[in-house]
Amino acid sequence: MLRILQFLYRIRAFILFVLLEVLAIGMIVTNNSPQGAAFFNSSNQLVGNALKKQADVVQFFSLADANESLTEENARIMGQLIAFKSKPDSMSITLDSALAATYEFRGARVIANSLRFSQNYLTLNKGSKHGVKPGMGVFNSEGVVGRVKSVSENYAVAFSLLNTGLMVSSKLKTSEVLSSVQWDGANSSEAKLLYVPRHVRAQEGDSVVTSGFNAVFPEGILIGIISKVEPDKKDPNYLDLTVRLSTDFSKLTYVYLVENTKFNELDSLYSKSEMTNEY
Amino acid sequence: MNIRSLISFAFLVLLLGLVQVFFLKNLALFGFAFGFLYLLGILILPTSIQSFPLMLIAFFMGFVIDVFYETIGMHTAAATLLAFLRPFWLKVTSPGGGYDEVEEPNLAELGVGRFISYSFPLILVYSLAFFTADQWGTGGFFSIINKSILSSIFSTLLVILVQLLFFKRKRGI
Repeated sequence: MLRILQFLYRIRAFILFVLLEVLAIGMIVTNNSPQGAAFFNSSNQLVGNALKKQADVVQFFSLADANESLTEENARIMGQLIAFKSKPDSMSITLDSALAATYEFRGARVIANSLRFSQNYLTLNKGSKHGVKPGMGVFNSEGVVGRVKSVSENYAVAFSLLNTGLMVSSKLKTSEVLSSVQWDGANSSEAKLLYVPRHVRAQEGDSVVTSGFNAVFPEGILIGIISKVEPDKKDPNYLDLTVRLSTDFSKLTYVYLVENTKFNELDSLYSKSEMTNEY
Repeated sequence: MNIRSLISFAFLVLLLGLVQVFFLKNLALFGFAFGFLYLLGILILPTSIQSFPLMLIAFFMGFVIDVFYETIGMHTAAATLLAFLRPFWLKVTSPGGGYDEVEEPNLAELGVGRFISYSFPLILVYSLAFFTADQWGTGGFFSIINKSILSSIFSTLLVILVQLLFFKRKRGI
């Protein structure tokens, strides 16, 4: 017995090492599973504040660019608004509930961002206090940015589209073919378009937009443009498509958050009919 | 380790952490080479330190960096590995079977050549562990090797540069 204790005492450093490594790997695994509750991340109050201070300083230098893109977007939206305004002599009809708006939008600022790892995340300066919930879609005027992962009172952490764990349901704008966009971890301006069958005629320059089927993003938000078309080497039934992402992830400042107000209803319907809903 | 060197060590770690989190986090040379400057805090701890506190310090430092990097666990695991290997590697790289014992394995005491042979392999192991955790499941073997080698060269340069610029020389040249 004494010998065993002596032996354990002699290798105590190794035991501590194994213990700490198991702890660390446990943290990696919990953090990367979408369901796992992550307590220690940058949505933490202290860390969020520090990152926000840094973003305040750094983003000051890109204010001109941010203003310009906001002005452009304002102009575009104003154009749409004029098109929607009813003419004075027309009769107003209450729309059917099937056509009622199911999406709500919110604005937020990116206070931390990474693009060099294979799992990249964004930190946003809005939290549960401002109505941000896990699962909301994130996009900006250029295109899709990501999806909210977890929220605290004042901050939120989101999966970047540059996260190999995130898939976004998409379609080709011209042929309406359903597909999925997933980042392969190689280049921060390109992603892969998956599940496009070989018979589809995809061309370089075709736009890829969100499908609206995954209940996260509304239909028709731009994701990117096809830059390369090749037959898939592993599975001959599919095409190997590369998409040039429309969003410039290296200079994200302001983003929009979108929430599907009918998400809960859809989700409970799916679970009642025993379907698994892929995001 | 007396109280004065303890305070100066705490100050150094805080400073390194701030530089790491607010400056080096957003920097990657050529998109591949990351600078892990904060490892300097683990590398230059006195040789007399027990492996228990050494590993705990490394674990804690890695964890704080992780929280800011949004890579929970990856820096922690890699830094703990580095701290575990440090005593062995220190023994291997010291010439003359412990005759030339140094108190603190820093640049001034070891000299450039010996400091590189002490720190570079440790940082390389750290980088390999970190990028393996980062690329897990994405199958980028070459990208792990690529990033690890370039990052450890860059980090070693940074670690040496910081010591040359900001550390007081104990003996005059």
